Amino acid sequence: MASLDTVDAPARKPAGRRRRSGSDAGYWLYLLPGAVLFLLVIGGPLVYTGYLSLTKWSGVGDPTFIGLDNYRDLLTDDVFWTSFQNTVAMIIAMVVLPTLIGLVLAAVLFDTIGRRFRPRTAAALRAAFYLPQVLPVVVAGIVWGWILRPDGALNGLLDAVGLGSLTHDWLGDPNTALPAVMAVMIWVQLGYPVVVFMAALERVNPELYEAAEIDGAGWFRRFRAITLPQIRPETFVVGLTCTIAAMKVFGPIFALTRGGPENATNVPSYFAYFTFFKRLQVGYGSAISMVLTLIIVVVAVLFIRAQNRAERRDGVL
Amino acid sequence: MAITLTPPRRVRRPADRRHRGVARWIVLALVGAAALAMLVPFAFMLLNAFKSPGDYSTNGPLSWPGEFYTTGLRTYWEQVDFPVKLWNSVLISGSVAVLAVVVSLLSAYALGIGRIRGRLWIIGLFLLANMLPQEALIYPLYHFAKEAGLYNTRLAVIIIFTVIQAAFGTYLLASVLGTFPRTLLEAAALDGAGRWRTLWRVVLPNIRPTISVLLVFFFIWTWNEFLIPLVMLIDNQTQTVPVALASLQGDRLMDAPTTNAGALISLLPAILFFLIFQRTLSRGITAGADK
Repeated sequence: MASLDTVDAPARKPAGRRRRSGSDAGYWLYLLPGAVLFLLVIGGPLVYTGYLSLTKWSGVGDPTFIGLDNYRDLLTDDVFWTSFQNTVAMIIAMVVLPTLIGLVLAAVLFDTIGRRFRPRTAAALRAAFYLPQVLPVVVAGIVWGWILRPDGALNGLLDAVGLGSLTHDWLGDPNTALPAVMAVMIWVQLGYPVVVFMAALERVNPELYEAAEIDGAGWFRRFRAITLPQIRPETFVVGLTCTIAAMKVFGPIFALTRGGPENATNVPSYFAYFTFFKRLQVGYGSAISMVLTLIIVVVAVLFIRAQNRAERRDGVL
Repeated sequence: MAITLTPPRRVRRPADRRHRGVARWIVLALVGAAALAMLVPFAFMLLNAFKSPGDYSTNGPLSWPGEFYTTGLRTYWEQVDFPVKLWNSVLISGSVAVLAVVVSLLSAYALGIGRIRGRLWIIGLFLLANMLPQEALIYPLYHFAKEAGLYNTRLAVIIIFTVIQAAFGTYLLASVLGTFPRTLLEAAALDGAGRWRTLWRVVLPNIRPTISVLLVFFFIWTWNEFLIPLVMLIDNQTQTVPVALASLQGDRLMDAPTTNAGALISLLPAILFFLIFQRTLSRGITAGADK
């Protein structure tokens, strides 16, 4: 993901800018379709949701303006706090663990298996890890929802290997529902960092590894001293895109648990959807959405700032 | 390179080399086991998609199917009228991919090559739009679609996703076109080509690989979308493949074999696309990561 600076950099020549500014008008025309559509589908609705978050409305008739009441109610709403706690769990399951496991897997696939066996072997293994990323996440959710059912495949498997005492209604018990959903999300996400990191490693000069190996550096030292620093840009991209995806996660929750049992797996986006369309509290749902939006924007800005700072530090060194 | 360096290493550290010879098989076994574990859910699904409900309730989810039972597949196919769902998904995803690429290209032309004033803010806005949770847009979209008579039409979903995908496409293409060689543009201008001609005859052919990656991404992303189609498309004639599966499962009417049969049918197109587009995709992932 290119930072905004790189887009701007070549244009900072003042002379060229002055000379062209007269013909700017012609180019504005090309922006017109995109801009109109953008205002219609994204800008307008976002502003309207912001307005609705200050009202009480069931979707029919006219919204009643109530100021910040919805936001005040949110602060004392247990479901709201639970849903954001669960977002942290989703970030662990969709960002932290897949990235860590993905780093090790990519390094092993590339460094050990790709070089000591045929590259074909590494590619086939990579495809296996990536496959869950290919299917519609709702389909994955439905298959897993069945596997985790009381009469599903997981309990069947436990019975078959003599661990029948461990069988459980995995998604129906508030204590196991969240860990079960997290496990599914790790399975869904893992392939993405593996594929991105393996592609990144191809960019790294192999002589670095060769040299380190001749110097007697073990696998872990090569991993820490070469792999990690070399693919840091990709780690940032994976971290940012997955964190945003984790904060927005909806489909898997809808397919697996609908936020239940007892809100144990509720997340902000499902909470908002439910408030909009099942409880018909449009104002309150809008307030949830606006808080989620704000948090996502803040996290994204912090991420991009951190990345730019890291890049600048590298430039100095 | 590895090959040329191998002999001296072998001479220098024979013991370590032998040790690693065993270690590498252990590593392969571990990673192979992990990869197999990833595939287990697919195996479960396949096993139970061809099982009769009676077979399932007597013999459980792990048994080999007593007979090659395809009624579950046929039931799901007919119950949701799968060909219609497939066509809806293809129509929506295909239109979105093409329209979003066109809109992205036009906007990026103005931003990356035209370098119009305030472009940094505009690009930032598009980037931000890409991160928004769809919940922040969905109620107004739903409400306005109803007022405009577009509710429960595929057109509404096509328009919405064209804009959402184009937000990303504009951001990406604007940064690609920001580094477009000026000499090519100047040469085109000398040949008397206007802006419109330059866009289609000079710029487009030079960024064709990026465009094809975007087309594939937009198609697959739109195919897999869920929230907006779930809210916007409510009947059998308009729903997409994932929404059909989810809403039938929501009715709690489906037995385990039909669930698995439905999931199997629904993921086949995705796997098909994956196989078809694999080369474009892996190139795209690499290209994206290079940025």
